[in-house]
Amino acid sequence: MRFVEPESLEEAAAILAADPEARCLAGGATLVAMMNAELVEPSQLVSLRRVNGLSGIRRLDDGGAEIGAMTRHAEVAAFDGFLGQQKIVSAAAQRIGHPAIRNMGTIGGSICHADPSADYPTAILAADATVIAASAEGRREIPAGAFFLDWFETALQPGELVAAVRLPPSEARMAVHYEKFTRADGDFATVSVAATLRLKGGVIERLTLAVGGAGETPLRAPEAEAAAQGRPLDTTLIGELGEALSALCNPIDDLRGSAEYRLKLVPRLIARALHAAESNIESGADAA
Amino acid sequence: MSGLHAKHAIQVTVNGKARELSVEPGETLLSLLREQLDLTGAKRGCNQGLCGACTVLLDGKPVRSCLTIAANCGGAEVETAEGLLEGNRLSALQQALVARGAVQCGYCTPGMAVALTALLRANPIPSRKEVREAISGHLCRCSGYTKIVDAAVSVAETEQA
Repeated sequence: MRFVEPESLEEAAAILAADPEARCLAGGATLVAMMNAELVEPSQLVSLRRVNGLSGIRRLDDGGAEIGAMTRHAEVAAFDGFLGQQKIVSAAAQRIGHPAIRNMGTIGGSICHADPSADYPTAILAADATVIAASAEGRREIPAGAFFLDWFETALQPGELVAAVRLPPSEARMAVHYEKFTRADGDFATVSVAATLRLKGGVIERLTLAVGGAGETPLRAPEAEAAAQGRPLDTTLIGELGEALSALCNPIDDLRGSAEYRLKLVPRLIARALHAAESNIESGADAA
Repeated sequence: MSGLHAKHAIQVTVNGKARELSVEPGETLLSLLREQLDLTGAKRGCNQGLCGACTVLLDGKPVRSCLTIAANCGGAEVETAEGLLEGNRLSALQQALVARGAVQCGYCTPGMAVALTALLRANPIPSRKEVREAISGHLCRCSGYTKIVDAAVSVAETEQA
């Protein structure tokens, strides 16, 4: 095994392109745990800590925000510059693991691992985020919905790495809630739901809803979201959204719950998430 | 071939003392501390980042040393439970842990003490809830959590008195 510390994304990408067994070392929270369990034995550890420009959160001129791949969960959790829908990402970051893990783990590492029970994949899907991937050929943008392909599998090609996650601009009035069901505090989710919501005049103006832990990837039901527009957030609608998302789920049995149990959780957590998002709408936000 | 397992030279400050060390590419900070530096306060519990027994401060923040690659720590400052001593005296937190009987088998204690030290530096008068959050992710299988929380809260009470 070798340990290398490239100083640019281009250099890092070239090392990865030349050696398929090389692995990026970001925070180490997942990779080193897997090395300790002898699940992976990389030929090279490509440390990203000296690569310029990978860490930190930037507000963009258009009102969007860009989170560098090496930004720690603790920094995202504490960032107060997100607007509206973007806040679903910090809400999820607050629920990842425990303090020491949030001091170590990075958003790039988390989404590249692509565990559908992890918090970020579900949150960035609900945030309509774009993943910025870098390679020797340059950069490309991958919508979150096209980034997660299967269990632990992403759209990244050999020689590509994540540079940042970009969140689109959002109206400040958009309310969010991240609902996470776990057997033990700080664990991966049995099932999680990320909801972002804007009401106007008592009806839904915009809604995004993503479910994690209930299939190969985090899931959304775009048609059901579109059909919710203009309707009140009532029991009938919440039931329909629960059914639409449940139909997409393909859960498995594992230590955190049986597939059957997960399917029972999905509509219930959707209801909780939507009610909580609704109650997060600041008073006055629903005027007009 | 020398490149395959080439050792990596790093400079780190451990408990206030600058060190020049040579580490294996995949070696963890926990192994470095325990095996090369003989600092056995940090414990190898689960080796998966789940139990908290290996927690140390890296540039002032609690991290899992079992998940930290030593070669990646060049230039960093590391503090372990051994570094919490103030001269030859136990720190106020360590004294409180002893006084409140917060140590049973002791395996989780160094990790807990390190995490609580970081909390008390940032927030000298923490609530019980904040103490509980700071040690979430630290498992005490003697289940002595109450006395550990009592001890951490009592540090602020003692210093206010």
